[in-house]
Amino acid sequence: MARITLSSSLAPFTEGVLELELGVANVRQLFQTLGERYPDLQAQLEAGIAVAIDGEIYQDALLQPIARDSEVILIPKIAGG
Amino acid sequence: MSRNHVSTTVNGDQVEFLCETGQTLLDALRDELRLTGTKEGCGTGDCGACSVMVDGRLVCACLMLAVEAEGKNIQTVEGMADGETLHPLQRKFIEHAALQCGICTPGILIAARALLERNPDPTEEEVRYWLAGNLCRCTGYHKIVDAVLDAAREMRGA
Amino acid sequence: MSTMLKYQEKKLKIVGTRPLRPDGVDKVTGRARFGADYNLPGQLIGKVLRSPHAHARIKSIDTSAALALPGVKAVVTRDDFAEMPDEMAAVGELMINFRDVTRNMMAREKALYDGHPVAAVAATTEAVAKAALALIKVEYEVLPHVIDVVEAMQPGAPLLHEDQYTQGVKPKPERPSNVAKRLEFGHGDVAAGFKQAEVIVEREFNTKPVHQGYIEPQACLASYSADGQAELWTSTQGHFVFRAQCAKVLQMDISKIRVTPTEIGGGFGGKNNIYNEALAITLSRKAGHPVKMVMTREEVFRGTGPTPGANVKVKIGCTRDGKITAAQAELNFQAGAFPGSPVNQASMCAFTRYDLANVHVVGNDVTVNRPKVAAYRAPGAPIAVFGVESVIDEMAKKLGIDPIEFRLRNAAKEGTQTYYGPKLGPIGYIQTLEAARAHPHYSAPLGPNQGRGVATGFWFNIGNETTCSLNLQEDGTLTLMLGTIDVAGGSRASMAMMVAEELGIAFDRVRPVVGDTSSLGFNFLTAGSRSTFASGMASVIAARQVIEKLRQRVAQIREVPLEAVAWKDGQAQPVDSSVQQFSPMTLAEIARMAGKTGGTVAGHAEINAQGAGPGFGTHIVDVEVDKETGAVRILRYTAVQDVGKAIHPAYVEGQLQGGAAQGIGWALNEEYVYGEDGVLQNPGFLDYRIPVASDLPFIDTVIVEVPNPNHPYGVRGCGEVPIIAPMAAIANAIENAIGLRLCEQPFSPPRVLKAIDEAAAAKR
Repeated sequence: MARITLSSSLAPFTEGVLELELGVANVRQLFQTLGERYPDLQAQLEAGIAVAIDGEIYQDALLQPIARDSEVILIPKIAGG
Repeated sequence: MSRNHVSTTVNGDQVEFLCETGQTLLDALRDELRLTGTKEGCGTGDCGACSVMVDGRLVCACLMLAVEAEGKNIQTVEGMADGETLHPLQRKFIEHAALQCGICTPGILIAARALLERNPDPTEEEVRYWLAGNLCRCTGYHKIVDAVLDAAREMRGA
Repeated sequence: MSTMLKYQEKKLKIVGTRPLRPDGVDKVTGRARFGADYNLPGQLIGKVLRSPHAHARIKSIDTSAALALPGVKAVVTRDDFAEMPDEMAAVGELMINFRDVTRNMMAREKALYDGHPVAAVAATTEAVAKAALALIKVEYEVLPHVIDVVEAMQPGAPLLHEDQYTQGVKPKPERPSNVAKRLEFGHGDVAAGFKQAEVIVEREFNTKPVHQGYIEPQACLASYSADGQAELWTSTQGHFVFRAQCAKVLQMDISKIRVTPTEIGGGFGGKNNIYNEALAITLSRKAGHPVKMVMTREEVFRGTGPTPGANVKVKIGCTRDGKITAAQAELNFQAGAFPGSPVNQASMCAFTRYDLANVHVVGNDVTVNRPKVAAYRAPGAPIAVFGVESVIDEMAKKLGIDPIEFRLRNAAKEGTQTYYGPKLGPIGYIQTLEAARAHPHYSAPLGPNQGRGVATGFWFNIGNETTCSLNLQEDGTLTLMLGTIDVAGGSRASMAMMVAEELGIAFDRVRPVVGDTSSLGFNFLTAGSRSTFASGMASVIAARQVIEKLRQRVAQIREVPLEAVAWKDGQAQPVDSSVQQFSPMTLAEIARMAGKTGGTVAGHAEINAQGAGPGFGTHIVDVEVDKETGAVRILRYTAVQDVGKAIHPAYVEGQLQGGAAQGIGWALNEEYVYGEDGVLQNPGFLDYRIPVASDLPFIDTVIVEVPNPNHPYGVRGCGEVPIIAPMAAIANAIENAIGLRLCEQPFSPPRVLKAIDEAAAAKR
């Protein structure tokens, strides 16, 4: 099971749950599972969330694989100017 | 409202155009003569992007009416190079990376040339104060000043 | 497919040198065409009518007199644009609420700021268009307005959006609010951390909105054809994003709009969004002629996005030997008329330069009756860092620790856990601090009323969607077709340099061109310090693909196995003496035969570049304060930054110098001045004072290169970091010079004098 950590800014949308373990194969499945479990999080996921998988940050990479023992962190997306 | 007929000289060429009484020289250069090298940054004489020479004087074209150009001698950036041969200032600006987006560049080149025609050996301070009427938002002026001083050196034969 | 190409150290011939940029001659001769330089036969001039009120309900709009004016060919109002639902929609990967986009473009129920577009006309001349605007009758019901962020947050403040309830608050609030969103980041336990602290500093800061200040006002030219297709020329940082935004608000197929990006006279984030474009297309449709719309400078200030003004509270605690034990901040950002300030990024940037166990940051995104904010170079970060780096400086001084030493004791490094989620990868923060400390500037002597300040900055940098194609022409030269807008002139050159390096050929054999939207797949806009990183990666991928195809083609032409063919020094050659030998082929030789041996050779890339590397910078500034006038003069400035790899050092230096100059203007003079009526009083360059040549010294730059492991040449991107530190560095230098800490930006002469006078009065 991959270890999922959510950025502290997402706590209001998951009733405070910031750490969990999920058996998901890629980022899309991760978002789907989280969105189903925490409906309030859905809007945030759609608005823009990046993921760090084992230390590498990915933005808009729905098919990026998540290995069985990966460490995954969800963080708000970055835009620039 | 009928338009005014103006005859003038631009970059050594005799030209004529029609303009409204309220149109600026900048408008006439860009819209009537299609010389779009001179830019409008503010329309109020604060940014220098529209700098041109009128009878040897450095002027903001947005502060002059087009009708005032009658019989005058106007120089814009389009007249700065000699055919394929760039003016030393133009060359030095490219060499020193003294432009980034390039929108202020025509005005600054005209202003810098005017400076070097009056003062072929300016100090850094003199360059900065002369160019204080030309806003640049990209470069911080560093490489512009470098380029002007280097062009001055070359033009002096130093 | 997400993409990452790993860094490989190798001997470089072209990358890292300073060739002349390919578009330079056009820009110094006036030949280059910017937004307002395009014209079409039969074009009309479009002009916008803007609200004179900061907040008003729009009861009716009567355009009949305007339409009747001879020379007026079309008028548009809110009735010409579809209602957009309140939902986030994708534009590339930007999620935008189009309900707000369409309203910012043209007001619907309310005018929400002085300058808000209410109607637009297209006429045969500018004079007729202006006369037509004066004939449009708008019935306003003026409402109370609010422009101060703290006032706007109070219950009972005039409300901009009656259906806006603060997001991020549980349970959902009962009453609507100007606070659109509240967010919180952190880890550890700040309460415990502050208990451990032996010294605590707490300060409040206020900043004003400042404008990106690009010298070229927004300009576009639209031509709508009766078959439902539109062409658009516009000055933009992202023509694909503009196409998508126009398509959405106009409910057109994306393929029916072709956007050609003109040269752009500065953007800095301010040209990431449409303003007049969809208006121009609609006017063109209604009039049956092309429509050109160029903003005046006044319109740029009244109608386009500045960066937010803000109220920032910072509290930091540390031990006597300078180890930070707790860090806390509250960031209240003005979003302008619609939600969406960069408060989330500011919150994530505030403390990231330090390795901290206990952090808590709260951010509020607050709507106020000002223009909707737009991105400005490292959006939000300079504001948050102004507060944090000022407090860091104050702590260091209280403890008698050198400011750079204090930062080194707490510096983030590879492996540091950030408080917003991931751990940092390899970074160069410490290297920039050490380079700053070793620089002669740091130990140069200072005179009376002179002071020195240090501050540091961090920005994430991004990658995102990028496409390009590389075509081999019949004579062996190549054209690199890019979709990444080249704002500052370095990126076109840098991509060509990387391609030339990969292929082992001379730089001038590769011609980079930025194509229109029909030439390539989607490209994200040029922002986020992404272009050399992402477009560079795409260019390298395309170049490597070309090399593979060249090898295959040569293997066929020379009738040798593929494994025997190497690409070296710009030629196909035998790998070594052990393989089947053949006579080498140059690019020109292969190109001459390409058509007859299968077709043109080309490479391309369609990627979403991942693995952007964060950038860190350390700035040192010396100031002199004139205690009689309050004027602050910049005596000396040094900007040190880790850029990963400087592909073209002159343009990297230019980014550092330009960003620092903008930060200096932000610190010393720039601000929006509003009257009691909520109307902007200084919408021009005379009274909105950006730095001029005589305000600044030479800006010394030091390039640090800690390669980004996720880019083939180690690029991190560099454009945004340099604007982050100047405000705090200058505040720190002023404190060092005259012993007064300024917490209100800008540090303009009246404010400095006021602080001096108040301090003197307090002493008596």
